Formats: sequence, structure tokens, C-alpha cells
Amino acid sequence: MRVRDAAVRATREEVRRAISGRRRSPSETAFSLLLFLALAVALTVLIALLLNVARTALPVLGDRGLTLFQNGYSSLPAKAGLKQGLIGSLYLMVFVLVLAVPLGVGSAIYMEEYARDTKLTRFINANIRNLAGVPAIVYGILGLALFVELLKPLTGPGPVEGKSLLAGGLTISLMVLPIVIITTQEALRAVPRSIREAGFGVGATRWEVIRSHVLPNAAPGILTGSVLAMARALGETAPLIMVGAATGFLATRGGVLASLQQAFTALPTLIFTYVRKPQPEFQDLAAVAILVLMTLIFLVNLTAIMLRNRYERRW
Amino acid sequence: MAQAATGGHITAEVLRGNPARLRRERRMRRVFFAAALGSVVISVAIVASLAGGAADFLSRVQLSTLWSEGWFPRRNLFDVKTIVAGTLIVTGIAMVVAAPLGLGAALYLSEYASRRARRFLKPIIETLASVPSVVMGFFALRVISPDLVQRLFGSDVPLFNLMAGGLAVGLLVTPLVASVAEDAMHAVPHALREASFGLGARRRATSVRVVFPAAVSGITASLILGVSRAIGETMIVAIVAGGTGGSLFNLDPLQGGQTMTAAITALATGSDQVRGSGPAYPSLFFVGLLLFLITLALNLASERFVRRVRRRY
Repeated sequence: MRVRDAAVRATREEVRRAISGRRRSPSETAFSLLLFLALAVALTVLIALLLNVARTALPVLGDRGLTLFQNGYSSLPAKAGLKQGLIGSLYLMVFVLVLAVPLGVGSAIYMEEYARDTKLTRFINANIRNLAGVPAIVYGILGLALFVELLKPLTGPGPVEGKSLLAGGLTISLMVLPIVIITTQEALRAVPRSIREAGFGVGATRWEVIRSHVLPNAAPGILTGSVLAMARALGETAPLIMVGAATGFLATRGGVLASLQQAFTALPTLIFTYVRKPQPEFQDLAAVAILVLMTLIFLVNLTAIMLRNRYERRW
Repeated sequence: MAQAATGGHITAEVLRGNPARLRRERRMRRVFFAAALGSVVISVAIVASLAGGAADFLSRVQLSTLWSEGWFPRRNLFDVKTIVAGTLIVTGIAMVVAAPLGLGAALYLSEYASRRARRFLKPIIETLASVPSVVMGFFALRVISPDLVQRLFGSDVPLFNLMAGGLAVGLLVTPLVASVAEDAMHAVPHALREASFGLGARRRATSVRVVFPAAVSGITASLILGVSRAIGETMIVAIVAGGTGGSLFNLDPLQGGQTMTAAITALATGSDQVRGSGPAYPSLFFVGLLLFLITLALNLASERFVRRVRRRY
């Protein structure tokens, strides 16, 4: 009895202390501030980076104006521009759109809609996730061995020795393929089973269900993933350097098809080339290229976010 | 339609279906299966090209040069410990930056931020994640090295040093660590938090003693992924780490050094000079194989940790 009384009294005391006690203890506040600091550092870095780039780039942009975008690579900083890099980057996005997206979507459709849970399926799935974690430069080595050396007669006979736009585009497409597959798989998984069953119920074959029900419903997610893959392709440098985009030339006459077997460059490789030059004017050009590249990537990401917000459906 | 032809009766013919449709069904299935096999083909091609080049390199080189005083491919010195040490120093510095920043940001986003704050803060992390590594390399060279490293450690530190590279790689990896760790913390069931609050614990105790341990496998996975990404990061170290031509064995982060990835790009950008019968050019495949195996092991480990979370809840 006495034990119970003591327990009741202790509990009552504890509750009173908890209720009347100060809500905010200094250590609580300090801890939350510390955590917020982590975010603040990330934000500061982002702002410092953008400010530094803008401060260097804007005067050059003001001086040179549009000629920056009309001139190509040159060893004279006053003449050098970004045109070829910009066009090269757009060509690489076309490659991603034409090669990586169809292949990735097809692969995801098999994994989600057709494949049963077998050992082979699980192996392919694990393999895709591991491919997503392979460093970009390893894809560059693959491109170097496969497209530049082995397939030289196809990718670039003649003086470019295989280091062509075709080799670069194929390499980048392979690199973003796992991203496309994984995001598409997630989009397909989000389509409820009942929609498929409704299709099967009226006698549709699996492909008919996929084409007329699953794909339209998964399209926003697939589109978002493809756009994100293109953003990734825009910013990646290392694989392009491996397959020989370091020189900075691109034959622009006659569009993609005429350029396929020619030397190529892209915005990020142009940045790398300019950064490594000793003259400070080239550093300024690098800053301009970074500003353009960041703007492009930002726009592409914004497109992805807007697509997601506009078409996202909750079941 | 077929039913109308048989007068409304269901026959075996009707149930078998239209042969043209079935043929198309089988064809589409084969097309998609071929696409799915594509990823396996890529893996095989990666391993084959790396292993082929590496074997070529090992057959041409004297094995004693793999353990010498430095990494100078043009002088036939291929000291593996130089590039591995450079990589480990950069990765170590990167994780000293990325682990507290990433986990702190994740904990704040998951446990402290209001819904409205999250909507504003998450895009910041995502924007930071979309900064290309070559841009971060430029930032490391222009800001981090002169304004941070040289100011902190004295101006006798060279502009190109491993410390600046490591710091920049850490900033680049932070968003990855933050988003994977935040997913893991988000997946912790609310009941656990409510039980903790019900016992009178405040938010800090709940975060540190309940949410963190419950999410520990996902958090471990985020850190392993961060390490894997830092090891494979190329452009920053190629720009700022200062090992363009080669490097002596060096353990001082305030000096220039060579990482595995920077060694590969240096060989590729200068490959016109080094290509030929010498072992310098194929050495990039050997380093690539090393890099691939290390990151593969790390990714498999993180996968295992992630799966442990999924099984539990």
C-alpha cells in the first residue's frame, strides 16, 4: 500500500514538473540550430558559387555580348566562344532522347510488366542498380575501349580516330540508361494493379494493356525521369574527356547527321579546357560557360519539376 | 466479333484468340526482353573492356614498378599506393565534410522542419545536387583553395592541393548523403516517435535516441554511397588536386597529389603522347578496374544495408 502511494506521489510530482517546466530548454534550441547550420552551410556554398561565377561572367558577357555564342573554340581568348560547346551539348541530349529513353523504357516495361520473380529477373534488377552506381569515368573507359577503339571504322574513320560525336553520344547514353530504367520502373509501379486488371478483364493482351492503360498513366513519371537523365547528360564531363572531347572542336555544318563521325565538344568539356588554360581571360570564359550551363541545367530541372507537379496523380 | 460469327456461342476458337494479336504480343515481349538484357550486356562490356586492358597492362609492365616511389606513367613508374593514398585522402576529407552536413541536414528536414520549411529547403538541396562536378571544380580552384585552404593553412600551401579537392568533393557528396539518409529517417514509423514523446522525451532525445538508431542501416547506406561517389569523383580532383603529370607518394593533404580518377583523365587527355607500345596507355584500364571493383563492393554493401531497413518496417 505504502509502495503504491509513493509511486502515485512520484508520478504526480513528475507530471507536475513536466507540465510547469520550461518548454524550451537551451540545449534543445542549440541542437536544432546546429542541425539548421548544416543546411545553412549548403545554402551558403550554393550562393557563394553562383555569386562568384556571376561576378566573373557578367562583365565578359556585357563586353562580348552575342559574339560569345557565335564564335567557336579558339586559342585566342578574345575570339573564343561557346557556340560549338552549346551545340555539342544539345546534340548529346538528342542522343539521350533517341537512344537511352526508348531502351530504358523498354527495359523497365519488361522488368515491371512481363518478368516473373525469377533468379534471372532479380539478377537483372540488381545489375541495373549496380550500373547506376558505377562512376561516370568508368563509362568513359568503356566508351574508349568499345566505341573509340573497337568500333573505330563505324564511329570515326579518318583523322578523328574514333573520337567522334557518335562515340560521345553513345557513351553518355549508356551512362544515363540506368537512371531512365529506375525512374521508369518507379513510374510503372505507381500505376495501380486495378487499371491493368480492368484491361485484362475485357480481353486485352498484355501489350495492349500496357500501350493503352499503363503507359499513358505512367507517362508523367517517365517524362520526368527522362528529363532528369538529360540534365545529368548535360553536366557530365569525365566520360566525354575519355572519348576525346578535350580539344574543343565541333563540325557544325549540316546538323547532327553530318557531325556524327566528326570531332566534338560540349559545354562541360569546354569549361574543363578553359579552366586549365593559364591565361585569366580563359578563366573568365569558363565562368561564362558555367553560367550558361547552370542556366540550362536549371531550366531542364525546372521542366521536370513542373511536369511532375502538373501531371502527378495520386491513386 | 468472333462471337457474332459463331452465333453467340463461345467456342475453343474464340477462347484461343486472334492469332495476329497473339503474334504481336509475343513479338513485343521479345523486344522488351531484349531491351532488359541490354543492361546485362553493358555490365559485361564494362568488365570485359576493363579486364582486357588491365591484363594487357600487367603483361607489359614489370611488377616491381607497381610499388615504387610515385605515379609517373611516362617514366614507367606505376606506384599503386600513390594513387590509392591520394584517393583515400580526398575521400576522407570529403566525408569529414559530407557526413555531418548531410546527416545534420537530413535530421533537420525529417524531424524539425515544418511542412512549409521543407517545401522551401528541399529544392535547395536538390539544386546543390545538380551542380555539375566540373563547376564545383572551378569553384574549388577559384574560391575554396585560395580563400579557404590558403587562408587557413598559410599561403605557402600550393594552389593545387588535395585539401581543396577533398572539401569540394565533400560539398558535392553532401546532397546525396542528405537525401538517402532523409529517406531512411522518413521511413521510421510514426508510432516510434509518438511512443518516445509519450514517455516525455523531447525532440532532441527522440531524434538522437529513437529515430537515428531506427534508421541506422539507411544512414550507414547513405554514408557508404557517399564514399563510393567520392572515390569515383573525377573532375574536381582533375582540376584542383594538382597531379596532372604525375605525383610522388604523398600523405600530406596540403600538397598536390594524384587520385585514381585524376590519373585516368591525365592519361586520356595526354593519350596522344603516351599511346604506343608502352604500358602507360593501358595502365588507365588497370586503374579503372581497381576503381570499378572498389565502388562495386561499396555499392553492394550499401544495398545490403538498405534492404535491411526495408525488411524491418
